[in-house]
Amino acid sequence: MSEVKIRKQAFFQAMVEGIQQEMERDSRVICMGEDVGKMGGVFQSTAGLYKRFPDRVIDTPISETGIMGAALGAATAGLRPVAELMFVDFMGVCFGQIMNEIGKATYMSGGAVKLPMVITASTGGGFSDAGQHSQSLHGLFAHVPGLKVVVPSNPHDAKGLMITAIRDDNPVVYLFHKAILGLPVMGYIDATIDDAVPAEPYAIPFGQARRVREGSDVTIVGLSQTVQKAAVAAQRLADAGISAEVIDPRTLVPLDVESIVRSVAKTGRLLVVDEDYLNFGMTGEIAAVIAERLDSVRLRAPIRRLGVPGVSIPYSPALEKVVIPQVDQIVAAATALMTSKLA
Amino acid sequence: MTPSTEQRLWMYETMCVIRNFEDTLAIAYFEGKLPPKIQAKLAFDLGAGPIPGEMHLSAGQEAAAVGACAHLTREDSVWGTHRAHHFAIAKGVDLERMAAEIFGKVTGLGRGKGGHMHLFDTSAHFACSGIVGAGIPQAVGAALAYKKLGTGAVALAEFGEGASNQGSFHEALNMAGLWKLPCVFVCQDNNYGISVNKAASTSVESIAVRAAGYGMPGVRVLENDPDQVFSVVGEAVSRARAGQGPTLIEVKVDRLYGHFQGDPETYRPKGEVESLKKKDALKAYEARLRADGLLDDARMREIRERSQARVDGAIAFARKSDFPASEEAFCHVFVETTSA
Repeated sequence: MSEVKIRKQAFFQAMVEGIQQEMERDSRVICMGEDVGKMGGVFQSTAGLYKRFPDRVIDTPISETGIMGAALGAATAGLRPVAELMFVDFMGVCFGQIMNEIGKATYMSGGAVKLPMVITASTGGGFSDAGQHSQSLHGLFAHVPGLKVVVPSNPHDAKGLMITAIRDDNPVVYLFHKAILGLPVMGYIDATIDDAVPAEPYAIPFGQARRVREGSDVTIVGLSQTVQKAAVAAQRLADAGISAEVIDPRTLVPLDVESIVRSVAKTGRLLVVDEDYLNFGMTGEIAAVIAERLDSVRLRAPIRRLGVPGVSIPYSPALEKVVIPQVDQIVAAATALMTSKLA
Repeated sequence: MTPSTEQRLWMYETMCVIRNFEDTLAIAYFEGKLPPKIQAKLAFDLGAGPIPGEMHLSAGQEAAAVGACAHLTREDSVWGTHRAHHFAIAKGVDLERMAAEIFGKVTGLGRGKGGHMHLFDTSAHFACSGIVGAGIPQAVGAALAYKKLGTGAVALAEFGEGASNQGSFHEALNMAGLWKLPCVFVCQDNNYGISVNKAASTSVESIAVRAAGYGMPGVRVLENDPDQVFSVVGEAVSRARAGQGPTLIEVKVDRLYGHFQGDPETYRPKGEVESLKKKDALKAYEARLRADGLLDDARMREIRERSQARVDGAIAFARKSDFPASEEAFCHVFVETTSA
């Protein structure tokens, strides 16, 4: 048995290592997208890959519909593309290919068409890039049938989930928040999550939530950067005598319902924190999952949700921090839950 | 079509304002973004300082904007991109409110909600978008309205060579050609879509040849020269106003700064920016106007100082303006319906 080497890596390095190891293992894996080649991705999401695989890392024109359609076609014809959208916001340009083609081909062919492809994109705000470059939008992908949706919160999961995504025979949307990539040009949340990255390839199964912190008073479910914010908030809550359990679903499709139910059954209180839009999204879905299980889960307080409240992400830093949930709001909401009562 | 003395001086002065604005922003942009004033472990903080977020500057592309906008009235519209300061200024967007928007202030064009990629000035009939190619069909729609309503106005879409590889470009040009709309498409070839150069991204050497596929004339301007742009766009605007339909114009321009400020630009050949600066279109135009006897030292100084004063005034206005109050985040998702 080989010794497992444990290293600290930035999220983007771990993610790229996952792609690289799969490219080494399987010659059918290719990368395509805007600036993924020589530049290594605007967010370093393909850093170094072009040098290793110059024929398999393809800079495309700025043609999102073309990229997505071509990835579908290539996936049907023997390749396993990792197709990057750069900013998740740009899926607005090509959502027809994603929603009506990529998400439906397998189903409408009665399972005959296989689409082993990964769509990657950066998400998230917090650095004043305004409404067209700061959205999260994982809820939109999860809403549409036929797409697996992966949104890691830390370097360890970034690598293991990327490997699983590439090995999956279905379309997987893999989203990475810009501010958790470990890039030296973005402000970050200083959370301590166990995130060491083994050097060997490893696959993390989809649909398995991670308990980031154990607690007994309140369950906080986050995703991507809100997991890190929740971890910081949980420490502050602990200092104030409140024991918060932090759950990271890691994948929205499939969603590990049982882990969330189990945690809420234990704590009796649920706070869902999301950087995506609040309305009709992940927070509502998770709240509904618990509501549907009230025959076995006893709540002690109403469910609380934090998300971007029905407005676009504003440019001005004075406004952006108001609409994107912050650690302070998580602490306040969780604290309020402790005294909140059911009718 | 040749510009008058007055038009040439207007183009020169507007180029000066644009260049001053961009160069001033380039410096202000780095305030508060560098160590030791930022979070530990960072080399640069994109979200910090008085101008947070990405910044795409248009220095080197002024000629296209002034040569085009010289033909436009207030009622004509311009539909721009993420890199649109030059067209905004040339179209007459309020410079103070534009600067205030870039500084995220409540006095800005969008009350601080849009930022530099999303400038909307309804009185100057100017809008831009951070999504590549998004403005092209929007200009077509405006032109459709002008035609249906008989206003006589013209819509102008300005975009880069990279945007001509978007579906929206091809769909928009087909509609404009099909319906013979009063529309002008100004494609600025600065040779880069972020890091990928034109030869690596585009199936044809000239974007202008694509016009043939959409039943409209395509004209290529190979010099980064306001007089040549003036001439070509002038004919296109005349055709549009006369009901003869759209024109696609490709103009060679230079991107003197990175795709965004802080871009390491490792994809550019060594010395490229220096050589572009040596043939700087603004300096070349200045020299030509001098040779033609339209500018002397005193006149040039006067114009340069007036331009810088306008920019300094706008930046000062932006700096001293207030940030929006937090309640502002929840306003303007919708308007009250008043015109039904």
